[in-house]
Amino acid sequence: MFIAYALISLYGFGGVLAWSRRMMVEERRWLTPEQFNEAYALCSFLPGPNIVNFSVIFGSRVRGPLGGLVALVGLLGPPMLLIVIIGALYAHYGDLPALRRALIGVTAAAAGLIMSTVAKMALPLFRNRAVGGPVIALATFGAIGIAQWPLPIVLAVVLPISLALAWVRP
Amino acid sequence: MKDFGALGTLAWFFALMSLFAIGGANSAVPEIHRFAVDVQHWMTDPQFSDIFGLAQLTPGPNVIVVTLIGYHVAGLTGALVATLAMCGPTCLLAFYVGRTFDRFRGASWQVALAGGLVPVTLGLTAASAVVVARAADDSRVAVGITVATALMTYWIRVNPLWIFAVAALLGMSGMV
Repeated sequence: MFIAYALISLYGFGGVLAWSRRMMVEERRWLTPEQFNEAYALCSFLPGPNIVNFSVIFGSRVRGPLGGLVALVGLLGPPMLLIVIIGALYAHYGDLPALRRALIGVTAAAAGLIMSTVAKMALPLFRNRAVGGPVIALATFGAIGIAQWPLPIVLAVVLPISLALAWVRP
Repeated sequence: MKDFGALGTLAWFFALMSLFAIGGANSAVPEIHRFAVDVQHWMTDPQFSDIFGLAQLTPGPNVIVVTLIGYHVAGLTGALVATLAMCGPTCLLAFYVGRTFDRFRGASWQVALAGGLVPVTLGLTAASAVVVARAADDSRVAVGITVATALMTYWIRVNPLWIFAVAALLGMSGMV
């Protein structure tokens, strides 16, 4: 698990959601797509960095408190080490134009990777016969991603509706 | 003593910020920016942008931007203190909530809670992809890279690292 998380973190350009899903659902099959969505949703609504929360919840589910700690250290340790080294180099050498240009390319690719990951995550939701879930997901996406309305207001409207729908028709 | 003061400030500030990081560490970035640049004068605006860019460039969870800010303010100890403050308290919370959640697995309130949170989270994550794309895609080649990556990683089981390597080379060559 430590190795899996260390790999997830070191592959994770532009965020680690995509790599977490790839590792846990597609490669090692530790979680089904539905289980992954559920755990990820729970972690997103807990305060704190969501993937960090995810590692703790997943790790402790498999091996108790120690498992949670191992997953956490695997996720945070390698990139912390790396970024301190990069930060120190940067402090010495200032900015490297080639590096910055490479970053632009990688970030563009990372955006595409997040898109395909979300599309895969949404599959179980859209296969379900109920219409409520997809409508809520699309409305939230439109309000934040396209209309760029403020997050707190959108959540205050969408979340109660979504919870009520799920309560009435599980 | 001054160092201790800076470490104390890093600790309480990032512990507080972690509570605002709902839906991902990046939700707290605007407030972190305001505090680090305008209130504490730890760094200038361009320095903050560079630090944010470096954190994006470095693989790993987005939260490591906090590590780098801590490092900038108070060296290695600062990096450690800031990261622990940002992750420690909320990890404990996640641990207990996760356990409670598992204990009531199958209870009707639990099924409804998960069922209600999942669609909203998917919508939010999709929106975050658009936000990242909007920031990154300021040329046609960049848009092309985003679309090609999305299609390839969705339909064929290619390791995305190869795509990233090609994208980095395209960027370095100045084509993006």
